Amino acid sequence: MLEIKDLHVQLEEEDKQILKGVNLTVEAGKVHAIMGPNGSGKSTLSYVLSGKDGYEVTAGSATLGGKDILDMEPEERAAAGLFLAFQYPVEIPGVGNMTFLRTAVNAQRKSRGEDEMSAAEFLKVIRAKAKELKIDADMLKRPVNVGFSGGEKKRNEILQMAMLEPKMCILDETDSGLDVDAMKLVASGVNALRDAGRGFLVITHYQRLLDHIKPDVVHIMADGRIVKSGGPELALEVENNGYADILAEVA
Amino acid sequence: MGLPELKQTATDALLSTLRMPEGGWSAQARAAGLNRLQAMGLPSRRDEYWKFTRPDTLIAPQAPEAVAFQIEDPLVFGGIDRLKIVFVDGVFDADASDDLRLEGLTIERLADSAARDIHWAKDLYGKLEAQGQTPVERPLAALNTAYATDGILIHVTGKVSRPVSLIYHHAAPRSDAILHHVIKLDKGADMTLLENGPAAARFNKVLEVDIADEAGFHHVRAQGRDHDRRAATHIFARLGEKSIFKSFTLTANGVLTRNECVIELTGDDAIAHVAGACVGDGDFHHDDTVFVTHDAVNCESRQVFKKVLRNGATGVFQGKILVRKDAQKTDGYQISQSLLLDGDSQFLAKPELEIYADDVACSHGSTSGAIDEDALFYLRSRGVEEKQATDLLTLAFLAEAVDEIEDEALAADILARLEAWLARRS
Repeated sequence: MLEIKDLHVQLEEEDKQILKGVNLTVEAGKVHAIMGPNGSGKSTLSYVLSGKDGYEVTAGSATLGGKDILDMEPEERAAAGLFLAFQYPVEIPGVGNMTFLRTAVNAQRKSRGEDEMSAAEFLKVIRAKAKELKIDADMLKRPVNVGFSGGEKKRNEILQMAMLEPKMCILDETDSGLDVDAMKLVASGVNALRDAGRGFLVITHYQRLLDHIKPDVVHIMADGRIVKSGGPELALEVENNGYADILAEVA
Repeated sequence: MGLPELKQTATDALLSTLRMPEGGWSAQARAAGLNRLQAMGLPSRRDEYWKFTRPDTLIAPQAPEAVAFQIEDPLVFGGIDRLKIVFVDGVFDADASDDLRLEGLTIERLADSAARDIHWAKDLYGKLEAQGQTPVERPLAALNTAYATDGILIHVTGKVSRPVSLIYHHAAPRSDAILHHVIKLDKGADMTLLENGPAAARFNKVLEVDIADEAGFHHVRAQGRDHDRRAATHIFARLGEKSIFKSFTLTANGVLTRNECVIELTGDDAIAHVAGACVGDGDFHHDDTVFVTHDAVNCESRQVFKKVLRNGATGVFQGKILVRKDAQKTDGYQISQSLLLDGDSQFLAKPELEIYADDVACSHGSTSGAIDEDALFYLRSRGVEEKQATDLLTLAFLAEAVDEIEDEALAADILARLEAWLARRS
């Protein structure tokens, strides 16, 4: 599904290398987790994959379903099936949440040559999905993320994911700022989307999210590279011993 | 003391081309308007309130040429049930206008009534304009009072079911129109006034609105179309106790527009909202100059002005809230913001507060900025293409101003104009 080969990335503004040869393949139907200390390049990886400005790819490739995504505009990547759940979802005053979602759903459908969803159909679908995430009508009407609590913002990200039905979901520290109940709600939203045709890349600092979203593979990232990969037990090892042991071991 | 020489010359040059309508009930007010104008002279770049806007084309003896723009789009407010009054280059078009009778008000034309000696508008015509000359001079309004060739006089006695819609067509390339409207709302009366159209190559318009206690005046205006048109407009409003004044203006295109709004809250518990959304592309200069005076207790005023500018367009905002000594419990709000879609455009703002009462809440803010890159990326990451995402954020920026329109159908119509304007741009 998602194939990253020898990806090297530096900041556009300064000559600073962030990713130094990332290799990673996420298969359809699988959940991969990336853990790693602060500054290891986890969030950069998510931004580079989704097409944010400010990063320059100096070497390597990233493909989604065999298509090179690095030359695509962010909206083209989205239409190709990539979705990033933001660590810090952006507030957009003046744009209603519902309008935003409908615009996004229909923009993607249009670029894939599909018919737009009618207002009635959209309403029916969104109501059902919002209910599962305990998102009320008021949150749907309010401007995108404006005045939302941390938990509401993350739930709203998952709602977008559920509506857009991407092939490849990247979750960037979706657990940050969430209490246990909110995390469970978000995790069950993610789990509901687990599907044989869909891949997940879950970026997190902590093992606790992985108690709820069970990964197939866990990667440890440090200093711009994946330094170790393993099964779910790797996350437990991090939880118990921190990163120091693993980093010492691979150094 | 005489005027500075240049001012005197400019004033004499313009006045020599104008002819004052003679006699009738308005003669005295017109003569007084001319006296005011001659005492202050026409505006020049040196005047405090004309620093950001060049007045020369507004005061030149001849109107600069402006081609009337022909586009296929239907006119704004087309789907609204309204009483239509049509002017072409400032000349009343009886055939295109509706019957002027409507329950709850009387409508007359200034030109029609001119010969009479007695008229209800005699006590109002030019009165609010004259009061609005201090502390800031507004010479183009005094000129208008003296020389207006026509206008609409509306006396509102009840609650009016349909909006009165003034439609200003532009035909001749050098047309110069001066219209003066007076609206008097009796106690508890209520009306909606719509205005739209480019009007003329050069348009000078004054609207005086006297709102009695508990009356309500709603105003939605769309100035657009012709790229080369020029306009200097003034609204003078007086508000009685518990009365409401709400005015919204959309400005799209036009090489030069100066909209002044002078509001005096004279009765307790009155509410005045004035808002504007303007979109400018290229050779476009838009100036909103607003002066709100609180002269009564517990009144609320809001000024909400949003400007979207690109390709070298210029936006100006000069807004003032004056709170007099006894105007306690005043709630004043003023916001002026511009969205600069490129580095060539500019926004010049002069927000002012002058407060003499001690128990008031007044806030003001003015900002100027580009599209929020984070928001743009967020939208694009969800599959919305860049142009559509930019348009969505641009409309979101304008929303606070458009939200000031209470009537949903009118708001939808204005929004559709803005969407069409954005859609025409790549």
